[in-house]
Amino acid sequence: MRLLKTLVFVVALLPAAKLVLASFAIAGLSLGANPVEELLHEAGEWGLRFLLITLAVTPLRRLTGMNWLIRFRRMLGLFAYFYLVAHFLIYALLDQRLALGPIIEDIIERPYITLGITALTLLTPLALTSTNAMMRRLGSRWQRLHRLIYPAAILGVWHFWWQVKEDIREPLIYAAILAALLGIRVWHRQKGQNRRVATPVD
Amino acid sequence: MPNNSTPKILPSEITDEQDYLNRREFLRLAGVATAGALLSTACQADVSNAAATAGKPAGESNFSGGSLGKLQKSPFSTDEKPNSYEDITTYNNFYEFGTGKDDPHRNSKDFVSKPWTVTIAGECDKPGAYDFDDLMKKSTLEERIYRLRCVEAWSMIVPWVGISMATLLKRFEPNSRAKFVKFTTLHDPEQMPTQRRRILDWPYVEGLTIAEAMNPLTIMVVGVYGKVLPNQNGAPLRLMVPWKYGFKSIKSIVHIEFTEKQPLNTWQISAPQEYGFYANVNPDVDHPRWSQARERRIGTGLFGEKIPTLMFNGYGEHIAHLYSGLDLAKHF
Repeated sequence: MRLLKTLVFVVALLPAAKLVLASFAIAGLSLGANPVEELLHEAGEWGLRFLLITLAVTPLRRLTGMNWLIRFRRMLGLFAYFYLVAHFLIYALLDQRLALGPIIEDIIERPYITLGITALTLLTPLALTSTNAMMRRLGSRWQRLHRLIYPAAILGVWHFWWQVKEDIREPLIYAAILAALLGIRVWHRQKGQNRRVATPVD
Repeated sequence: MPNNSTPKILPSEITDEQDYLNRREFLRLAGVATAGALLSTACQADVSNAAATAGKPAGESNFSGGSLGKLQKSPFSTDEKPNSYEDITTYNNFYEFGTGKDDPHRNSKDFVSKPWTVTIAGECDKPGAYDFDDLMKKSTLEERIYRLRCVEAWSMIVPWVGISMATLLKRFEPNSRAKFVKFTTLHDPEQMPTQRRRILDWPYVEGLTIAEAMNPLTIMVVGVYGKVLPNQNGAPLRLMVPWKYGFKSIKSIVHIEFTEKQPLNTWQISAPQEYGFYANVNPDVDHPRWSQARERRIGTGLFGEKIPTLMFNGYGEHIAHLYSGLDLAKHF
């Protein structure tokens, strides 16, 4: 298990490694004519991908009975946060060069940026409370708090959707996967409730 | 918000000032010869001038990347350093070949831009089908190093090779009802893969007022960096109006029509709240989803700072008069 965890960790870092190499034009890699935009988009998309992968763990576990999958969930969630923070930092440091005025204007006046920053804000307490100690301390509240990943994921995909110009194929794919992952949960919950109603004394 | 009201255009604006003055000169000299004879010699002079400056007719080297020979320099060129040929030919918005910036150069390799026919229609005395090579043989090729500002807030400096749009259009003898010029891109889903999906209302259409089209800054581009225009940049001929956002400068043109009414351009059809007919570069009028105050200059790398966007992309002295009295916030 430890070996597998290390392997997943390394694989999850590969996109970041590739972007770093491309940033310095190492190994024939390149970010193209508009490197800031390329970095920004890549980090954002990887963040969304890891968010969806994290959300896929529980349904997959229920479907296959492979309960050990749960052990990867926290790490995958933290990778989502890692890529989304990188996305934000690329925006703030490289794209806007810390120009506070334009950043604040963007957050207030551009709805898709408002959505994105809200999603990242919602995810921040989840990253901070991801330690074992915090889990113990929060008890049952921990689970309730971590349901914030659902609105964060919805806002994140929405942010992506509103940002594209006309070709919505890609955000549509993300939205469809997210809808499926959330749909499975609703379905599972209702099934659970029905069972409880049908057999009150089990 | 369709921008239906248009500035009143005087018939005199159809002829640019230089030609207007030349005509007076002709008339002054007409005491010794007939105007007709003078006009024909003037045309011949134009042709020999083209041959002298362009080295050889553009049509003879019409393959992607082929040299266009010697080019006339232009006072309209900026002295800013042009972007690299690689940047100009790998970072493109040409949705017909894909919506990613690197899609056009990857998906347009087999595009056939020769032979090419342009049909001329509408309010003019010489409509018809014109062969691209024939049109080029009679033209003076000029290098115009222009700023290109995309509506997406990035910009480049591009050494275009083109011909004066006014000179080209006058050949078709537009009449006094010609208030606008409508340009249409090729519609060929076999060659242009994105046209098989309806992400835009194909074929791509753009339009200018006749005064905008006849302005000396407006050119029909046939090359870049002294070479035949690559497919991903709109081969074999595309519009370039440097004071407007890039999407106005329509590529791979097959049809030109002189119209009395303002044509509806593709992006305006697609998202009228975001894209208008004029699309003049304007740092004070934001796109509904992003700021237009600053732009990222391509080629400045990871740590390049955004630069302030200039009103009319810095070409105001030549064209601002076209919009006097027009509310630019409303007619974006």
